[in-house]
Amino acid sequence: MSQVLVSIYRYNPELDSKPRMQSLEVDVPGDRDLMVLDVLELAKAKDPSITYRRSCREGVCGSDGMNINGVNGLACITPLSKAAGPARKLVLRPLPGLPVVRDLVVDLSQFYEQFEKIKPWLINDEPPPAIERLQSPEERAKLDGLYECILCACCTTSCPSFWWNPDKFVGPAGLLQSYRFLADSRDAATTERLAELDDPFSVFRCRGIMNCVSVCPKGLNPTRAIGKIRNMLVEQGT
Amino acid sequence: MVTNATSLGRSGLFDWLVQRFSALVLLAWIAWVGIGIASAPEFGYPQWRALFAATPLQIFSLIAVLSLCAHAWVGMWTVTTDYLNEAHLGRAGTAIRLLIQAVCLLLTLACLLWGARIFWGSG
Repeated sequence: MSQVLVSIYRYNPELDSKPRMQSLEVDVPGDRDLMVLDVLELAKAKDPSITYRRSCREGVCGSDGMNINGVNGLACITPLSKAAGPARKLVLRPLPGLPVVRDLVVDLSQFYEQFEKIKPWLINDEPPPAIERLQSPEERAKLDGLYECILCACCTTSCPSFWWNPDKFVGPAGLLQSYRFLADSRDAATTERLAELDDPFSVFRCRGIMNCVSVCPKGLNPTRAIGKIRNMLVEQGT
Repeated sequence: MVTNATSLGRSGLFDWLVQRFSALVLLAWIAWVGIGIASAPEFGYPQWRALFAATPLQIFSLIAVLSLCAHAWVGMWTVTTDYLNEAHLGRAGTAIRLLIQAVCLLLTLACLLWGARIFWGSG
């Protein structure tokens, strides 16, 4: 066994006047690496009042997005060795920029409102064919790197433009999904979708700093998708 | 769509293109003047006046001043809408943002008119 010092953000808005950091020493097995979520579960065994979201524990549901030693990520697929390094210290905070519900749980309403804005569904008013709307393999390949997003909000909450304008800037996750439908050969609302995005905030508040790319737990590239939306706007609007 | 009355062109694409195009114009102006200075064997006030007495550079300099003003407005508008809002400054955020935007607008217009006077004035 070895020890890891875990510092956890604690805040209950109903009871606490301000947030505080709680330090706990957690014993972890010395012979194998744990994920950050495992360490958090061990910390919770010591103090059951620690609150966080988790579900699938394999990087699919996107519930346990949090700020781990200063970098957003999914606790369930972030190895302790990678996050804590040789210092063996773990600092866990909620995803930045969103209201805290309690401890590591944030209110994702603004994130979902931006996602809803881009109409994340296929729009096609033509009568559907008997079986399905077909795509060629090439058309389908355009959706790779886009459809895999699990909406964990790690990217959007690492983006300063979203911190400053969460009600106006769609954010990297929403824009990645926006491009997923703009690039879909079966979608018939390209013009309308682009018209909705041609304002000074929704897309153009992206300054291309690529925080989103560096934190995406699925290895996706929202900055590239935003660049492609911009190119489509240039083609349509000039 | 998010509406905004104080951005340069009301369209995100327009502002984005203006910022990039104006940056290229400014780069070209700096290169033009820089080459003009560097290529003169001896450079002093008479050579400086002669350089700017050429009509093409006078025209391009006014375009550069216009580009500078547009570039500055898009940039300052972005900064003010990022940082001078109610989330950062409380209820006074909107008033402070409008005030700073008005000051920026006046300075930009003054810069434009001053530039026009320098490049096209009689003095």
